[in-house]
Amino acid sequence: MAYFILKRLIQSLFVMLAVAFLAFSLFRFVGDPITQMTGVETSVADQERLREELGLNDPFVTQFARFTGDMLQGDFGFSYRTRQPVAEMIADRIPATLELGIVALIISLIVGIPAGVYTALRPRGVVSQTILMTTLIGVSVPTFVIGIMLIYLFGVQLGWLPTFGRGGTVQIGGWESSFFTVDGWRALILPAITLGVYQLTLTMRLVRAEMMEVMRSDYIRFATARGVPMRRLYFKHALANTMVPVITIIGLQFGGVIAFSIVTESVFQWPGMGLLFLESIRFVDIPVMGVYLVVIAFFFVVVNLIVDMLYVAIDPRLRVKDAA
Amino acid sequence: MIALLKRNEALWLFIHSPAAIIAALVALAIILGAAFAPWIALVDPYDLSSFSLFDGLLPPVWEDGANPKYLLGTDDQGRDMISSILYGARLSLFIGLAAMTIATVLGVSLGLAAGYYGGRFDAIVMRIADVQLALPAILTALLIDGIARGLLPADIQQELRVWVLTLAIALSLWVNFARTARASTLVQMNKDYVQAAVMMGQRPIRIMFVHIFPNILGPLLVIMTVDLASAILLEATLSFLGIGLPADSPSLGTLIRIGMQFLLSGEWWILWIPTLFLVALVVSINVLGDFLRDVFNPRLR
Amino acid sequence: MLTIKDLAVKFPSRFGDVTAIEDVDLTIRPGEIHGLVGESGAGKSTVGAAVIGLISTPGYIANGKITLDDTDLRALTPEQAHAVRGDRISMIFQDPQTSLNPLMTVEEQLIETIQTHSDVSTQDAHKRAVDLLEEIGIKDAAQRIKSYPHQFSGGMRQRVVIALALCTDPELIIADEPTTALDVAVQQQVLDLLRELADRRNIAFLLITHDIGVIAQIADRVTVMRNGKALESGETAQVLGRPQHPYTVALMDAVPPLDRKIPRFRLPVEDDIAAQHTTRGTDAQNWLLEGEQTPPTGLTVQNLTMRFRGTRTSLWQKPDHFTALDDISFAVRPGTIMGLVGESGSGKSTLAKVLTGLLNPSQGTMTLGDAPLPSARQRSRHHPSRRLMQMVFQDPYSSLNSRHKIGTILAEPLWLYGLVNDAGERRALATSMLDLVGMPADALDKYPHQFSGGQRQRIAVARAILARPKFLICDEPTSALDVSIQAQVLNLLKDLQATFGLTILFITHNMSVARQMADDMIVLRNGRIEETGASETLFTTPQAPYTQTLLDLTPAMPSTWAASNA
Repeated sequence: MAYFILKRLIQSLFVMLAVAFLAFSLFRFVGDPITQMTGVETSVADQERLREELGLNDPFVTQFARFTGDMLQGDFGFSYRTRQPVAEMIADRIPATLELGIVALIISLIVGIPAGVYTALRPRGVVSQTILMTTLIGVSVPTFVIGIMLIYLFGVQLGWLPTFGRGGTVQIGGWESSFFTVDGWRALILPAITLGVYQLTLTMRLVRAEMMEVMRSDYIRFATARGVPMRRLYFKHALANTMVPVITIIGLQFGGVIAFSIVTESVFQWPGMGLLFLESIRFVDIPVMGVYLVVIAFFFVVVNLIVDMLYVAIDPRLRVKDAA
Repeated sequence: MIALLKRNEALWLFIHSPAAIIAALVALAIILGAAFAPWIALVDPYDLSSFSLFDGLLPPVWEDGANPKYLLGTDDQGRDMISSILYGARLSLFIGLAAMTIATVLGVSLGLAAGYYGGRFDAIVMRIADVQLALPAILTALLIDGIARGLLPADIQQELRVWVLTLAIALSLWVNFARTARASTLVQMNKDYVQAAVMMGQRPIRIMFVHIFPNILGPLLVIMTVDLASAILLEATLSFLGIGLPADSPSLGTLIRIGMQFLLSGEWWILWIPTLFLVALVVSINVLGDFLRDVFNPRLR
Repeated sequence: MLTIKDLAVKFPSRFGDVTAIEDVDLTIRPGEIHGLVGESGAGKSTVGAAVIGLISTPGYIANGKITLDDTDLRALTPEQAHAVRGDRISMIFQDPQTSLNPLMTVEEQLIETIQTHSDVSTQDAHKRAVDLLEEIGIKDAAQRIKSYPHQFSGGMRQRVVIALALCTDPELIIADEPTTALDVAVQQQVLDLLRELADRRNIAFLLITHDIGVIAQIADRVTVMRNGKALESGETAQVLGRPQHPYTVALMDAVPPLDRKIPRFRLPVEDDIAAQHTTRGTDAQNWLLEGEQTPPTGLTVQNLTMRFRGTRTSLWQKPDHFTALDDISFAVRPGTIMGLVGESGSGKSTLAKVLTGLLNPSQGTMTLGDAPLPSARQRSRHHPSRRLMQMVFQDPYSSLNSRHKIGTILAEPLWLYGLVNDAGERRALATSMLDLVGMPADALDKYPHQFSGGQRQRIAVARAILARPKFLICDEPTSALDVSIQAQVLNLLKDLQATFGLTILFITHNMSVARQMADDMIVLRNGRIEETGASETLFTTPQAPYTQTLLDLTPAMPSTWAASNA
């Protein structure tokens, strides 16, 4: 078991390094940092001097090593556009995106998993068919359209909820949170639902497919033959086995949530990392783009490691060795 | 004839599935409309001289103040909605199909080879896939776009817009194909007919494409449909964000972005009509994808 | 105690309702082991599923009466029916690996079952469970009960399954192919256990299997089924030894005897391929004989060893090596059939893979005829042995590419080895070859899925022969086939070998089949040769204790039952 975890750790490190490399290549080869930073008035000689100072003439490997070293210490360079340290810019925005993502994920799980279980157990009922049809549409409608529709319905026609921005936030330490005011929640609800809908439909379909597969397995048949009560069959036997592969996918999805927030943040003008990234694309602000990449990869890798550990905790086949 | 229909299982299921039939019809209608747009459409949205501001902001035919020439109304520039949508669908479909094709060819070849040869090649391909999976599709697409912006001089950028988008979307989708192709290939590798072919001394290329490929087609077809829908959605999203196709050669996503300006002001058709078409197109493709999935996996029926 | 009368089960399909079984009558007394035997598709599993109410949807019981003592099982509501399950009727399945929930310990699964049907405290249930496991033959039950299913070996797992079926004291246990997935030795133990339970606890068993030897060994009475109908029923010795129904007669004729070698299986004329040859096949026969200019080829193997590196499971220890083949040496005489017998894990398949160049051996040399046979990495795709050595695989469902037409499959060796360069000629030759294996000419344009397992296997044989090989490896070619089809294919192999002078390495786990086919024998165990020698000598006076054990453990019908059927 320890070996399994170690293997996964090494894999994660590899992924992080690869992404860091990608980000670094972005820095080096797309556009010239010097011209971005100094503008037209600086003389060529001065540009050369700056180049030398910043170590831009050093061999590739050295620069990459320095880049990684800097990252590990939290130095992410400076934005081309605002001249602010990228670390600060991103740190400002992280709470907004994370809170949005977590609420969206919770919504998708609370609705998605039960819906998946229900449609798996009663596949032919009217309710199931309706749910399936709805989710099909949910998967097909782009996130931004859902956002627009929600804004239109709740913001414009009914006027119940705000249509942009974060509303009331509270500072806790360095973290600006929406959770503690009613205003904050009112502003959070629509974007969270928008972000959550896509994840919800994916989760539901996945749970449904896995559960139907499990219900056809031999051990369910055997348990039925032994007269185990149906309810216990569904939950203790079937659902538990279903969750094993589902957890992995949900972990992968969380990475998607963070990235999908780009669209939602854009529609609702939610001041999160996604919006920042979008602006950086428009202005070709390479440092911000690169760092965003690394941060996303980092979240993804961490979530996956947590999922792996959960996996080990749940599935005894990974914990205990096979028979001799 | 009836006997033939009964024997081909897929066809039989199709005839008995009203959802699939409707979806196919809708998709077909939109695709044909888009393909023949230059001949059907009233107005060429790219030709600035073919419309005028005086015709602007006309509502669809069932409301007051409409002009019967423009069945679904016009936008703020005076362009006919139907024409815009047909041309927009054309672009959306073109990019979606092109991206999907590139992703398929790239992904399936790599996946097949990785499954067949195994070893180091397989490990490398899977590592690359792992890294790419850490970055969700939309991120990859945005990145490629950003890089293109940084690398290409401004004038060429406009012309290559379509191709940059296609490449961006294709690169974010190939991993799906590669993984599925590889998994299916690995299953087939264990089967005796592959062992027989290897043992007999047949060429690897032949074994991969003549023997294995026809047997992994099923799941791939499902992914192709689903990814086509994803590609179209991705393009729409990028255009909506302002990074995709611009307003003078709009795709459906761009039209929606333009329409959003009118959300509060009452000209609802400029927003909702392109939205409806986009959703109809993607829903029908997804329904067909679901149908294919059921055909190839009878246990989910 | 269990009475079934006029049972019919149907499955709706797009072609209308398909009848799975009809007019089935059966009775089982308490403490009786009743065998339900038949070939695949006979409907035996459906009968079992109907009794316990677990017919896979959308099937339904169309007609008939099923009574357990006084209870009419069809008249029960779903809740009542579910209460009967486990309490009065239990069922066990073929694969112990997939029958147990991998996430729950054995203890949890046992206690859950016990508490479902009787009102006992968890402690008492636990004690009952431990006692039961001890009774079943699992040592250290108190410790082992806390383990997970994957921590038990195959045989032990099946015992756990039996314990689970037993723990509620049912009156009837339906066993659907309970020993098919097990090794001979383990199979014997499980069969003994079932017999003991029937005798001691007076439990009735409905034993569903296709293996006639198993029936002969422990069944009191037997019912023979075919195509959904019950054909014959009665005391085992009488039904198997002196069958009345013509189908049963033909079936028993097809069973390979363990105690003697018969030259050919006796088959009804319409099933016998040799009797069906037409002149269509002569073209192929002549063409093949033309290529037969060289004398038969033998095979020699010296010091063959195959070691695999295990997978790493621990950080600190290097993975163990697994030796699949340990210093194997043998020689196959030209023009003879060499039987290779061994249980699962003995290394038979590994040997086949090394010989055909799919696996590279760690050590050793091979010779085919006069020329050395290079090992996998050295063997180029154009090496003559690629054609001279062909193989027939075990699984008829995966050995033919389901997306290719039969014509394409058969033509492959012809153009691959440059034997026939004209497409029209190839087609003609393939058509002719089909006749030699008893298949109609129109099979050429059909796909594999349109044929049965036995037919597919014959096509596989045709494909192998069309390469004009000198050496044929048959890797369990009939293990997946029904007994009567097996007899057909074995006859075919014997005939082809005689006509074309082939040298065959015949791999099987079934001693009876080996005796019928082999001239010489090798017994393999854990990668080592236990014994080799002339076939008849080995079977009548085995030298190695392992060989003797294998012979003893093979379930077979006592020859005293048959009233001069040979």
